[in-house]
Amino acid sequence: MADELVLLDVHVSMFGMRVRIALAEKGIKYEYREENLANKSTLLLETNPVHKKIPVLIHNGKPICESLIIVQYIDEVWKDKSPLLPSDPYQRAQARFWADFVDKKVFDAGRKIWRTKGEELEAAKKELIDALELLEGELGDKPYFNGDTFGFLDLAFITFYSWFHTYETCGNFSIEKHCPKLIKWAKRCMERESVSKSLADPITVYEFVLMLKKKYGH
Amino acid sequence: MAEVKVFGAWGSPFSKRVEMGLKLKGVEYEYIEEDLKNKSTLLLKYNPVHKKIPVLVHNGKPISESLVILEYIDEAWEGPNILPKDPYERAKARFWAKFIDEKCVPPMWKACWSIGEEREKAKEEASEALKFLENEINGQKFFGGDTIGLVDIAANFIGYWFPITEEIVGLELMTQDKYPNLSKWAYEYCNCSFVKENLPPNDKLVEIFKGIIQAQPASN
Repeated sequence: MADELVLLDVHVSMFGMRVRIALAEKGIKYEYREENLANKSTLLLETNPVHKKIPVLIHNGKPICESLIIVQYIDEVWKDKSPLLPSDPYQRAQARFWADFVDKKVFDAGRKIWRTKGEELEAAKKELIDALELLEGELGDKPYFNGDTFGFLDLAFITFYSWFHTYETCGNFSIEKHCPKLIKWAKRCMERESVSKSLADPITVYEFVLMLKKKYGH
Repeated sequence: MAEVKVFGAWGSPFSKRVEMGLKLKGVEYEYIEEDLKNKSTLLLKYNPVHKKIPVLVHNGKPISESLVILEYIDEAWEGPNILPKDPYERAKARFWAKFIDEKCVPPMWKACWSIGEEREKAKEEASEALKFLENEINGQKFFGGDTIGLVDIAANFIGYWFPITEEIVGLELMTQDKYPNLSKWAYEYCNCSFVKENLPPNDKLVEIFKGIIQAQPASN
């Protein structure tokens, strides 16, 4: 029986992009459905009643929610092709730790940058730069966070690259100035088809945020 | 010779999660109690990012964040499974463990230690979150099925710490009427021998919480 996969997603979501990259890395075919978050589909509300958020991956009718959980699921089901998590338990723990760090620190700070101004904005900028510098430290001189090959943590973090232009423009600063190695790493990741085809264009992301700012008066 | 250390705090549910995981696998470890008001140089060296307990150090290599540590324990040692084997069941277990940490624990804890409108708001948020867990446990003995798993370990705050705390502060949130399944689970959980051996003493926790109340300016 052929696998039936449906991905409920939003084009500019850095979380949805993670799932798209994972599916592309594994060469898996799926049906993509763009959600309108102002008017969520019945299917989204039924498959993710707890959070009512995208992404949701529906595999043969069974829903999986939360982007990093979905990516690990994909890695475990399609385990014979392009492994995403390293095989060593300690390396896996480090990848999971830093992916969790990205979710908590990078996302929160980034969000505050486009939603606030003045002192709050400056504080958020500092928070983001601090988090990015820590990540740059973790990357070190490796080509990828995963070592010689692209892996789970690279996938978890690269999607935020499509939002850097938005953070930089709203916050009036340059990420490359603070974290040049990260930008080099990001460009290296963008050479992978799975990444370049899955990430939203930074201008599209910025226009989306401008629309939200207008709508909600940020 | 494998060397396992746990940096923890006796009253912390997050710390106890790690100890439970190790005990489940039958792993011997050295426990180091941290004074959270005066963190050791070693702790700050092992967890420079968050500077928090618990930290597991295995052969000199540190791992932080209790749920990350539990997955590591499951993968590094043989023994009873902490996570299920099936990928879909694993995804579900990870989902609910994350849900507990992000949506249940913060408002539940806040509801205990705040007053007035803030308390009401936290109570409402916690009530909604607990409803999802109530549906999920749905008559099963444990979230993990017949045996304790990741979600049960993650829910230790809900099963043990919270009932003690809410009684002391006079908050009626997780009542048997509103949450019959969850209340039954909490009973099974706290009374199963494995968990019982791995909980901090009730009277010591009560003493700490009563101390917090006395130190608060306004009464509840």
